[in-house]
Amino acid sequence: MIYRESGDFKTSYHGDQQMFPIALDKWFVILVGSFAFLVVPFIINDYWEKSVLVPVLVWAMAALGLNILTGYCGQVSLGTGGFMAVGAYASYKLTTSFPELNLFIVVLLAGGVTALVGVVFGLPSLRIKGFYLAVATLAAQFFLVWLFNKVPWFYNYSGTGMITAPERFVFGVAVSGPNSPPWATYLFCLTIVVVFAIIAKNLTRGRFGRAWMAIRDMDIAAEIIGVPPLKTKLSAFAVSSFYIGVSGAMFFTIYLGAVEPTEAFGIDKSFLVLFMIIIGGLGSIFGSFVGAAFMVLMPVLFKNIMVGGLGWPTDLVAHLIFILIGGLIMFFLIVEPHGLAQLWRVTKEKLRLWPFPH
Amino acid sequence: MSRDVLLEVKNISLSFGGVKALRDISFDILEGEIRAIIGPNGAGKSSMLNVINGFYHPQEGEVWFDGRLRGPMPSHEVARLGIARTFQNIALFKGMSTLDNLMSGRLINMKCNMFWQGLWRGPAEREEMEHREKVEEIIDFLKIQSIRKTPVGRLPYGLQKRVELGRALAAESKLLLLDEPMAGMNLEEKEDMCRFILDVNDEFGTTIALIEHDMGVVMDISHRVVVLDYGKKLADGTPDEVRSDQRVIDAYLGVAHE
Repeated sequence: MIYRESGDFKTSYHGDQQMFPIALDKWFVILVGSFAFLVVPFIINDYWEKSVLVPVLVWAMAALGLNILTGYCGQVSLGTGGFMAVGAYASYKLTTSFPELNLFIVVLLAGGVTALVGVVFGLPSLRIKGFYLAVATLAAQFFLVWLFNKVPWFYNYSGTGMITAPERFVFGVAVSGPNSPPWATYLFCLTIVVVFAIIAKNLTRGRFGRAWMAIRDMDIAAEIIGVPPLKTKLSAFAVSSFYIGVSGAMFFTIYLGAVEPTEAFGIDKSFLVLFMIIIGGLGSIFGSFVGAAFMVLMPVLFKNIMVGGLGWPTDLVAHLIFILIGGLIMFFLIVEPHGLAQLWRVTKEKLRLWPFPH
Repeated sequence: MSRDVLLEVKNISLSFGGVKALRDISFDILEGEIRAIIGPNGAGKSSMLNVINGFYHPQEGEVWFDGRLRGPMPSHEVARLGIARTFQNIALFKGMSTLDNLMSGRLINMKCNMFWQGLWRGPAEREEMEHREKVEEIIDFLKIQSIRKTPVGRLPYGLQKRVELGRALAAESKLLLLDEPMAGMNLEEKEDMCRFILDVNDEFGTTIALIEHDMGVVMDISHRVVVLDYGKKLADGTPDEVRSDQRVIDAYLGVAHE
């Protein structure tokens, strides 16, 4: 009975509808949050930044976005890679056209541009449902990547067709470019992801979230209680694409620094994000983080154990990792088809009653 | 009875290809009454409800609601005019809790923008609390306090039906359409449901149109009954009139065995 809600009385609806109604949860989140903001920046090094923390944050942002669309609104999309490319190219054009612009604003504007593009590609969702919609969103994936390869204006007529992030500062500290210190890039990504995770939580538990979930659970009943289907689906596409665009912008400006669209934003990225939310848990903000962490960190962990610890050859390990990750995905989906977030929820329910079975 | 007409359907005809689901049907629903629609399977009762709430668009005929002729409009706009309904086979949002299902019934009254929603401050929070209070009144009324936070997918059938009624009530609409609210219930659940329907009509003054096969219930609680058979209107009147109509007895009610 370590984890419990008894004794935690709510006397107002305000208190009952908090983000974390159980006190222990709230303290845990505050503790983790302050550790991430106040301690990690002082101990972070290049390795942890480049291969662990920043990629997890960037992919968590993309997973949040896709989870809003697929997990909450029930619209399957395979266009994530394409939308990330929009975010990346929008931030590239913005930051090269307006060098003075604060990188925070650049990233947010890139998200805005992606939201508009997302709405356009969301239009077919009124007519097309389920797997067919997934196939229709593939059009976004291939068209957008093709567009960024084809039109030189997007990559400022550079000879290679690649885009490279210039050095940009936030409050006098370099955040993008080769000279940016690890703590700065980490804090930049962390701030954006935490703020937008809170916003996502608020959106999904309020009016918009209920309309999205109503469409997801039963679209006909949703329409009959007065939820306009097209407007609701398009709002989900807009919000989702905004998140994915922001993640694409961070992926390019901060994490990679230089990208070539076909490789960086291919269809495999769309699937990667889809796997993240399926493993993490559809319709769960927490699940988006867990899923992203799982898919990013497992390969790193296995590599460290097998190459660093056991001294096996790198090429063998690379292939073994594919097998192991595939196996783990199957294992977790058999144990809990609703994802790791559900596993965590069930654990908490059990903990509440522990040591009694009922 | 000098009540105003809340809804009137005039000469409604609806067909799907060659199948004529409704043929030239006219009747009205007065403000504050409980109106039953009965008839054998396939008579067009559910189609009639679907026409009323804008899910089907009839080929011919007019629907007058609240004194105005209603043109063809999508059902989510009909909901805004003040028509709510429940379904024959439960159409709850299975992934959401009872509370969220009821709150979603109030979506038509919520209009806070995305900015404040994202911050969950100011107008967004105020609006949420306001609607929560209304929803809690309905939760009290239906006596479902204990399942407030339970995902509806886990609830037994009878309670799901009750939550669905709650969701329709949450919209505070003028006209409530109930499609077989007591189908598949045991006697006790039926009695509860009858009590709820009568109380809704009494306390909130909501006009109710319901489809039901339990003739005991229909004759007891409804003010007037309309009988459909093969898409045509057979009879229309008070329960006593309908009960003694020979055509209704032949088509639907039948005669008790000696």
